[in-house]
Amino acid sequence: MTTTLPAYDEVVARYEPVIGLETHVELGTNTKMFCGCPTDFGGEPNTRVCPVCLGLPGSLPVANKAAIEAIIRIGLALNCSIAEWCRFARKNYFYPDMPKNFQISQYDEPICVDGYLDVEVNGETVRIEIERVHLEEDTGKTLHVGGATGRIHGATKSLVDYNRAGIPLVEIVTRPIPGTGALAPDVARAYVTELRDVIRTLGVSDVRMEEGSLRCDVNTSLNLPGQEWGTRTETKNVNSLRSVERAVRSEMLRQASVLDAGVRITQETRHFHEDTGDTTPGRSKETATDYRYFPEPDLVPIAPDPAWVAELKAALPELPRVHRRRLQQQWGLSDLDMQSVLNAGAVELIEATVAAGTTPAAARKWWLGELSRRANESGVELADIGATPGQVAELQGLVDAGKLNDKMARTVLEGVVDGEGSPTEIMTNRGLEVVSDTGALTAAVDEAIAANPGIADKIRSGKVAAAGALVGAVMKTTRGQADAKTVRELVLERLGVQG
Amino acid sequence: MAAISREEVAHLARLSRLAVTEEELDTFAGQLDVILQAVAQVGEVAAADIPPTSHSVPLTNIFREDVVTPCLTPQEALSGAPDVEDQRFRVPRILTEDVAS
Repeated sequence: MTTTLPAYDEVVARYEPVIGLETHVELGTNTKMFCGCPTDFGGEPNTRVCPVCLGLPGSLPVANKAAIEAIIRIGLALNCSIAEWCRFARKNYFYPDMPKNFQISQYDEPICVDGYLDVEVNGETVRIEIERVHLEEDTGKTLHVGGATGRIHGATKSLVDYNRAGIPLVEIVTRPIPGTGALAPDVARAYVTELRDVIRTLGVSDVRMEEGSLRCDVNTSLNLPGQEWGTRTETKNVNSLRSVERAVRSEMLRQASVLDAGVRITQETRHFHEDTGDTTPGRSKETATDYRYFPEPDLVPIAPDPAWVAELKAALPELPRVHRRRLQQQWGLSDLDMQSVLNAGAVELIEATVAAGTTPAAARKWWLGELSRRANESGVELADIGATPGQVAELQGLVDAGKLNDKMARTVLEGVVDGEGSPTEIMTNRGLEVVSDTGALTAAVDEAIAANPGIADKIRSGKVAAAGALVGAVMKTTRGQADAKTVRELVLERLGVQG
Repeated sequence: MAAISREEVAHLARLSRLAVTEEELDTFAGQLDVILQAVAQVGEVAAADIPPTSHSVPLTNIFREDVVTPCLTPQEALSGAPDVEDQRFRVPRILTEDVAS
């Protein structure tokens, strides 16, 4: 931790990164993969378990048809081939997160293979090749007790809750992604974002990273230009889209400093830390992993009927990329403008705001302007900023109705983000409404004219531009709560000048 | 040639968390070798067009509808556990052979 990390620009000038991503998605089926226990998030420990998911002797698993259908739809959406015949496999290991001492997974016969997902980065399309998509069961949750930090190291015992054990889990593995250079962190993030949006569109998972229904492991390696790919590390515990980007970046910097010192990279699992943004080593892979996979004898092979697969394919919804292209046309945006909407994570938010009655231009202005700025400042995703599309539409409605001017609208929006209530409530509570009482405004205008006879004369003689000074004076007396355009019209009207 | 070496048996024993003595390794390696050689004879009579059998019944696509069925109560679920704490299965320390990091 004492070594100084090299600058990012220097690192990408000297090294070429190769990244790869393994993503786990918990399916939103009603029941677990091989038994009828419910899958809802949370719940008292060990209340959603039965002889099958506890691995009790004599129990037998049966595959959940909805989960098979869901993974085939995911595979199709990722342009994969669907296996005509495949089997589940036992992955044997001793770790109490599975009560059976093995996990039912798929090994050399995944149900979906050889696909791709196109993602947009900096206005360019990057094709991410998908090696495989397979189905397995999720593990239980272990609570390590007795160590200093709740981590497994130093723990004297562990407590296990098997509610999660057996929930259908889809693993999506990319092929190595070389050639992205300085954009590697952005490509990683764009891929996980696009994958999340695809799966959400399919409606097969709620893909919430913070609840763990979408989990991501990031492989990173560096090599010198023209040389073989370097040794990779696998970073786990990457729990947000922002972390995906940060994890790749931080691992690139760390590996460069190791390589610069003439030391080899150790192939290992590393843990990402949200707070510091860096990674620390986990268990070394060298001693690990002889899983002795063999075909699961308790489950018969899967041979999806081609007619069924064709039916599922024909019924796929409009996928995010196609959907975005349609929105881009509707909103009249250039590729570059659409890319900034995408980068900001604002596509769905703007869409929902427009659906609530706002013009695309106004919706985009708020989400990419004020709200993106606030999200960046506080380091949260735009969708979690605390303002909803409905509130933004309400705010813009108040502007359109002449009740708020632009400056006041910004103040109100700040209040919305800070949780003060709806735009209308904040406007009322803070007494922010535009002064629209013409009597009061006219009085303020007359006062300003009387106080500035020289300027008034200029305007009378045709120098309309000078009106700005009087408008400013009126805005000051009304404490900014007048509509500048109305004030200007009023000034000209009182002086008998045509605008 | 032996179908399984003494080293392989030692490796498997370790993976299976079985404490096996040096004498036992000799015994088991010999016994396992006999078993494996017997099984290997099946391979000699199987023609090239017979794929390895993983399932004895010629069935595919046995699925279950996605319908919730009753669970065990936590008391039932934990009744066979050697040790319980906070309604969870309590297991001994997991990492014993790990180097500190």
